[in-house]
Amino acid sequence: MSENKSTPPITEQEISRRAFFNKLGMGSLGVAAVGTLGFTYRFLSPNVLYEASPIVNAGKPEGYPIDSVTLDVNSAIYLVHLEEGFLSLNAICTHLGCMTAWKPELGIIACPCHGSKFSREGQKLAGPAPKPLPWLKTWLSDDGDIMVDRSTTIRPFEFLRI
Amino acid sequence: MPDGKGGYFERLERTRVWRSVFRSGTGSSTLHRALAIQQNLFLHLFSTKVRRRMLGFRATWYLGALTLGTFFILVITGILLMLYYHPSVPQAYADVKDLKFVVSSGMFLRNLHRWSAHAMVLLVFAHMFRVFYRGAYRPPREFNWVIGVILLLITLLLSYTGYLLPWDQLAFWAITVGSNISSAVPVFGDKARFLMLGGHQVNANALLRFYVLHCVILPLAAVLFVAVHMWRIRKDGGLYVRQSEPARESEPQPEVPATDNKEVLVGKR
Repeated sequence: MSENKSTPPITEQEISRRAFFNKLGMGSLGVAAVGTLGFTYRFLSPNVLYEASPIVNAGKPEGYPIDSVTLDVNSAIYLVHLEEGFLSLNAICTHLGCMTAWKPELGIIACPCHGSKFSREGQKLAGPAPKPLPWLKTWLSDDGDIMVDRSTTIRPFEFLRI
Repeated sequence: MPDGKGGYFERLERTRVWRSVFRSGTGSSTLHRALAIQQNLFLHLFSTKVRRRMLGFRATWYLGALTLGTFFILVITGILLMLYYHPSVPQAYADVKDLKFVVSSGMFLRNLHRWSAHAMVLLVFAHMFRVFYRGAYRPPREFNWVIGVILLLITLLLSYTGYLLPWDQLAFWAITVGSNISSAVPVFGDKARFLMLGGHQVNANALLRFYVLHCVILPLAAVLFVAVHMWRIRKDGGLYVRQSEPARESEPQPEVPATDNKEVLVGKR
């Protein structure tokens, strides 16, 4: 045994100097590892994104004749004008994120990727899509333009009446 | 070949410079040939001795070696393609067009990269089927099977990340669909997609992240795991042979000609 005669033997409650420093060292490494994970996660999440604004100006209501479905490919929204009023749909398929297309000859919205079909009110008609196309918050600006907020969904059949 | 009589190569082997690099010594004795393998950083991953018939086509169909071969082709052609490709939204697609129509041999290199990538995925699957149906995944090789599964995932991720880089419609929508599949994972799916793309859409950040994954992170991981994979073959008793299984009395052992079962050395000459 390397113990000095003057040091008393270690009891069960006590730990040796070596065990203490082992625990201290492993503990600090653990804390550092958790910190590194947090640091990496924060670093990989961008704080500023240079993506398009979620609010889209769709122009004057007169540009959308009644019973029309208009797709804006840049903002990926449909502006639909029905008897009941205006509505906006998110044009991104709820299945796997492809952009859907309006088929005027069939009167439906169809996804080219996996064949989902939706009505012009966004209701799911067929295909693998799990949910209907979400209705987007739509309002009239002070200048009389139709505004759509792509980041805010509303309950279906809440038409914008002008 | 006896020492002292040889031609230019034998004289080269005796020079001081050669001896300072290759320390295993000259000669074709069993010991020297074994040392040539064992004392080389790269070759020491492999066994110093293998059965002669394990080097034949029938033993492995060379599927693992061919996979590694396609990987080497992909590394070399990939590095060359990197010299013309900018991973930025305005330039990526134009650079791919330039590689096809403007750069000398650009179309050849890009197609070589593309077809080798397809071949590598195919060969990885063929290799795994071969290992599976021969039962070569069983103990003591079960850990090496797990390493192989990790290498399969790395191969598929390399394919997936490379798919975005041409930045055409096919690339954009394929990655849109693929990244939406990852967001179907419960709890942290959306977060994983956000971290992978560096945003909410497939955009400039996604292109750059996929480029770094494709050209740096995943190839380094592949090299690391391939090294472990090769080294484990040696550690787990060499390539799988049916004779290495414990004999079952009910099962007659296949007869192998004595000359066919001799151990040979693979090394210098």
